[in-house]
Amino acid sequence: MKIYRVMAVVYRHLSLYKRSLTRLMEIIYWPVLDLMVWGFVTLYLQKFQGGLPPFIAFFLGALILWDIFFRAQQGISISFLEEVWSRNLLNLFVSPLTPLEFIAGTLVISLIKVVATFLVTMTLAYIFYSFNVFSLGFPLFLFLLNLILMGWSIGIMTTGAILRFGQEAEVMAWGLAFLFQPVSAVFYPVAVLPPVLQKIAWWIPSSHVFEGMREVINQGGFPAKELIWAFGLNGLYILGAGFFFSWMLREVKEKGLLLKSGE
Amino acid sequence: MKETGLARKVLMPYPVLQANRLVKKFKHTVAVNSASFTVYEGEILGLLGPNGAGKTTLMALLLDLLTPTSGTVSIFGMELRKNREKILNQVNFSSTYIAMPLSLTVRENMVFFAMLYHVPDYEKRIGELLALCEIDHLTNCLTRELSTGQLSRLNLAKAMLNRPKILFLDEPTASLDPEMAQKVRDLLKNLRDTLRCTVIYTSHNMLEIEQISDRIIFLNRGEIIADGTPRQVMELYQKRNLEEVFLKVARGPGIQ
Repeated sequence: MKIYRVMAVVYRHLSLYKRSLTRLMEIIYWPVLDLMVWGFVTLYLQKFQGGLPPFIAFFLGALILWDIFFRAQQGISISFLEEVWSRNLLNLFVSPLTPLEFIAGTLVISLIKVVATFLVTMTLAYIFYSFNVFSLGFPLFLFLLNLILMGWSIGIMTTGAILRFGQEAEVMAWGLAFLFQPVSAVFYPVAVLPPVLQKIAWWIPSSHVFEGMREVINQGGFPAKELIWAFGLNGLYILGAGFFFSWMLREVKEKGLLLKSGE
Repeated sequence: MKETGLARKVLMPYPVLQANRLVKKFKHTVAVNSASFTVYEGEILGLLGPNGAGKTTLMALLLDLLTPTSGTVSIFGMELRKNREKILNQVNFSSTYIAMPLSLTVRENMVFFAMLYHVPDYEKRIGELLALCEIDHLTNCLTRELSTGQLSRLNLAKAMLNRPKILFLDEPTASLDPEMAQKVRDLLKNLRDTLRCTVIYTSHNMLEIEQISDRIIFLNRGEIIADGTPRQVMELYQKRNLEEVFLKVARGPGIQ
């Protein structure tokens, strides 16, 4: 892997954000809107549910962490879609850039987006609701890392699907993350899910992250079991995403689909 | 449009690209059927043929955009699929039919590709190439503001960034006005003469191909039906120009 080619991809995508207000909005607009609407709803509900003090912490913590996962996934898929929209794929594939280098470049972009989103939502949560996300302590960083890893694996899979099926698969870039939301137990414990969905939730890294987050808020301490599961599953997800992407790339080169994507 | 460099030398022809029994089959079609040929250093090779003849497929196979059903491509003596990175660093490609990131400026696009190809002192090189392609006044314009002809020239400038030893061009003059098309042809000849750059290109402009190609490969239905200098191919078909050869091939069965 050549770092200068990875940095070329980073340069290309960062250049887009220099003068594009709409692209900048994508990083900030939705997370801020979510945080405000659901944060104030939570404040309102809390008046009726006076006996649940960590309610706002559950909800805001979940909102902030969910956005991290979503931005991590989008950072990769949207960067790839930018190449499809600008009909630039052929230029990349005839260059010495390897797929791994391209993905590494989009991972850097994704990380920059995640940091920007986190800083904005964290600050607003503190200003509006006096909620300090760092009250989650050291496990917060491990939760973030796991959500980023899961976001990347879903992003790489989505990229493979877009490469293979073209813009028809674009909807996956926007919607696939939300498929995981109900079974990730973002805003409620896994225990409230029906037994079948509980079994599915067990195999999703994010459900362990959110369970871990609630454990920290409720009891403090270190959610070792949940984090071990999350890291283990993420390892499998990343491997699976890598295999899926390589398979899609082979298919695309076999069927000559790259030539069509350039037209 | 002049690229400076060494004067063209008369050397023993050195093979830079070898296609060995290349076959590409899709579900119901044989797009390229057992294509074998060698391309030499400093040669301008025109790929000709009617629509669907297999020109684009062949070029895609030579650039590893497509996996062959069988057969191999060797470039600079190395097998393409096993040495992709090393080889693609020394070649480049431009097509009228692909774009570049439209939301970037001309300069930003050139910097991006210069970084990809690890071009040394790239600001200087970018300046030279934009001037060579007569779009230096557009350096800070957004690429979406360029006309089709200007975009073609930007593509061409991008393709020369890494001083490629082989330049693959897909209809490089298709959207250019006659004057600019002539300048591009002169540039290609100049690249061949001064830098011994090999050029492999497709065009539907038969007169252009006749004028600048050292050699042509005529394809029809995935088969190479003629391989030689433009004059040899015209003699083979007993026609006065390539336009007539083309029409004969497109309208009826090839020579027996």
